[in-house]
Amino acid sequence: MFLNSEFKTSLKKNLRLSNLVPQLLLIFFFFFVIYFFANNAQLNMKARNMNSGFDFLGTNSGFDIQFSLIDYDGSSSYGRAYLVGLLNTLLVAFFGIFFATIIGFIIGVSRLSSNWIINKLSLIYVELFRNLPLILQIFFWYFTVLRSLPSTEKSLIIFNFLIINLQGFYIPKFIFTNSHYIIYGIAFTLLTIFLIKYYAKKMFYEHAKVIPVFKISLLLIILFPLIFSLIGGVSINVEYPKLVKNFGIFNYLGGVKLIPEFLALVFSLSLYTSAFIAENVRAGILAVNKGQKEAAKSLGFNNSQSLNLIVIPQALRVIIPPTTNQYLNLTKNSSLAAAIGYPDLTGAFAGTALSQTGKAIEIIFIVMMTYLTISLLISLILNWYNKKIALVER
Amino acid sequence: MNKENIKSWLKINLFSNWYNSIISLFVLIVILLIIPSFLDWAIFKATFIGKTKADCKTGGACWVFISVWFEKFIYGFYPDKELWRVNLAFIILILSVLSAFFVKPKIKPYILFFLVFIFPIIGFILIHGGFGLENVETRVWGGLSLTFMLTFFGIIFAFPLGVLLALGKRSELPVIKYFCIAFVEFWRGIPLITVLFAAAIMFPLLLPANFNVDKLLRVAIGLGIFESAYVAEVIRGGLQSLPKGQYEAAKSLGMSYWKMNFLIILPQAIKTVIPGLTNTFIALFKDTPLIILVGLLELLGMVNLAKSNSYWLGMAVEGYIFVGLIFWFFSYLLSRYTQSLEKKFSTERH
Repeated sequence: MFLNSEFKTSLKKNLRLSNLVPQLLLIFFFFFVIYFFANNAQLNMKARNMNSGFDFLGTNSGFDIQFSLIDYDGSSSYGRAYLVGLLNTLLVAFFGIFFATIIGFIIGVSRLSSNWIINKLSLIYVELFRNLPLILQIFFWYFTVLRSLPSTEKSLIIFNFLIINLQGFYIPKFIFTNSHYIIYGIAFTLLTIFLIKYYAKKMFYEHAKVIPVFKISLLLIILFPLIFSLIGGVSINVEYPKLVKNFGIFNYLGGVKLIPEFLALVFSLSLYTSAFIAENVRAGILAVNKGQKEAAKSLGFNNSQSLNLIVIPQALRVIIPPTTNQYLNLTKNSSLAAAIGYPDLTGAFAGTALSQTGKAIEIIFIVMMTYLTISLLISLILNWYNKKIALVER
Repeated sequence: MNKENIKSWLKINLFSNWYNSIISLFVLIVILLIIPSFLDWAIFKATFIGKTKADCKTGGACWVFISVWFEKFIYGFYPDKELWRVNLAFIILILSVLSAFFVKPKIKPYILFFLVFIFPIIGFILIHGGFGLENVETRVWGGLSLTFMLTFFGIIFAFPLGVLLALGKRSELPVIKYFCIAFVEFWRGIPLITVLFAAAIMFPLLLPANFNVDKLLRVAIGLGIFESAYVAEVIRGGLQSLPKGQYEAAKSLGMSYWKMNFLIILPQAIKTVIPGLTNTFIALFKDTPLIILVGLLELLGMVNLAKSNSYWLGMAVEGYIFVGLIFWFFSYLLSRYTQSLEKKFSTERH
């Protein structure tokens, strides 16, 4: 009943003329702009003898992409080129986020170090990297640092594991046989951990017994996949990159090749974003009240208990939301790949595919919608998380 | 500081325990190894005077590259004999901004009015031409002056739009509210590059065939709209921080919606979010080099062009350091200024 009457008053308010007119005007204006653009687009297309629509996604692209996670060649379709670009974007974003988080946490903690030189160095790091334009950092890595690496014949070889030269970085490729058994093992471990967690909670509330879930989980996550792979007969083959002379030109074949464009992007994205994450981490740690630690101590918590149960959860509450925002920024910033020709969503699809097909409207629409979907998904997760961890105040 | 003080300072700050000592020593050694060789390259062995790459023989940095290309880095391809127009525009801008620090508070709004409404017209006429001045096409604009022009345009375009969007997001009228929310979320959800591509490549297809909008203008408006979404989010934060009583007091005085917002709510809300706004504008400043992707050459673009000039190959490091210093200087200066403002406001409140 209450809801109904509230709805009625709001309806009444909206139907008042002074409120109705601006809203109707906005709707009218919005549709007029869309009509205006669509109409012009149609006329322009007709004048250029081009047909609109998304049919081109099924046709042969005819261009090659030098870095791809899935099979791709010139005879693949534009749709597949889109998929390659999307996967490359996600790949860069994944590694960027991974390294940015690690570096960011280290620098953030260093910012609070009592060691003067560490403290000042991390301050310089943060001020340096966050005040320089990202695209300048990408150019710097790509055009100066990675271009000054030795040539193929004089490659830097580090423990036969990492080979560095002008062509990029080479690392060994691990080829698993019967690899699905490892996945079974991991799935089984996760299930077991879930059950143990449930049991531990029960023991804690009913019998006041503490079970070291984390330590047990750590043990299991190593043990079970190992047992499973022994049972399933999993074997690992390591394929090392080899120096091959072809038509008088030296080249490394085999292994995994990380191209300079990819490296420059991952380096600059993670360094740039880590400066922002470091500031979040610092703020988060500072936000935990000193009294919280003292209260934990007075309750008889030992050092690791107070850190794990009191300090870190409260610091994370402050750290995680802005850091997720940084992850989102990193993913969007990975589109700067287009500036150095890394074939990501923007570089390969909005760059090469667009200039070949000339389908500017369709392609830019697809690319924008893809980034928008990623952004909205991440912010949905963030909102859900924020609600979950929000302080319940009475 | 006497000897004892230095000793205790070192003990506390560098060598408080064994692992701190190891870290400090290690870092000090690394710094002592890097800094001298860098200074050697950048200053002691560097060449500052000359006209060609051949003048750089000492093995250090070749700052000749910067001095030879300096005019291009600042003005792009703007015609030589018309440069005074760009200079004049920037002198007017700098003088009017500086004067805001020295005049009485009463006059400040007039300076703001001048900057937002009158200066853009004067600046545009000066730099673009008209009223007896020779026309200079936007094609030849470039360099650092273009970076500043875009940043300035972005700010005066994004700020009012951002304010309106922020108000719209809190509107009681559902159509306006959800339109503003969708608008802001859309622009915040896509990368700037796609906006620039859309402005440069897609937008002409959406206009009537005989209706040409200058590419730089399209890109600048794209940049402005993109930034306005971020401005809106910052201002919304300020609006949320205001107590409800402010709205109620304004309404009880019989103020209209616009009067309430412009006289009571916004002045307070904007004041609290000045740091956030400056950060947004720093981000805008740092984002302008992206226009290189649609073929417009501001400072970074000009350096990129110069370093691939066949007479000046291998000058990338010097060029990027030059660009980095300029961008870093302005970003750092602004963020420092913001921090001092933040401190000033926080002491005022307590």
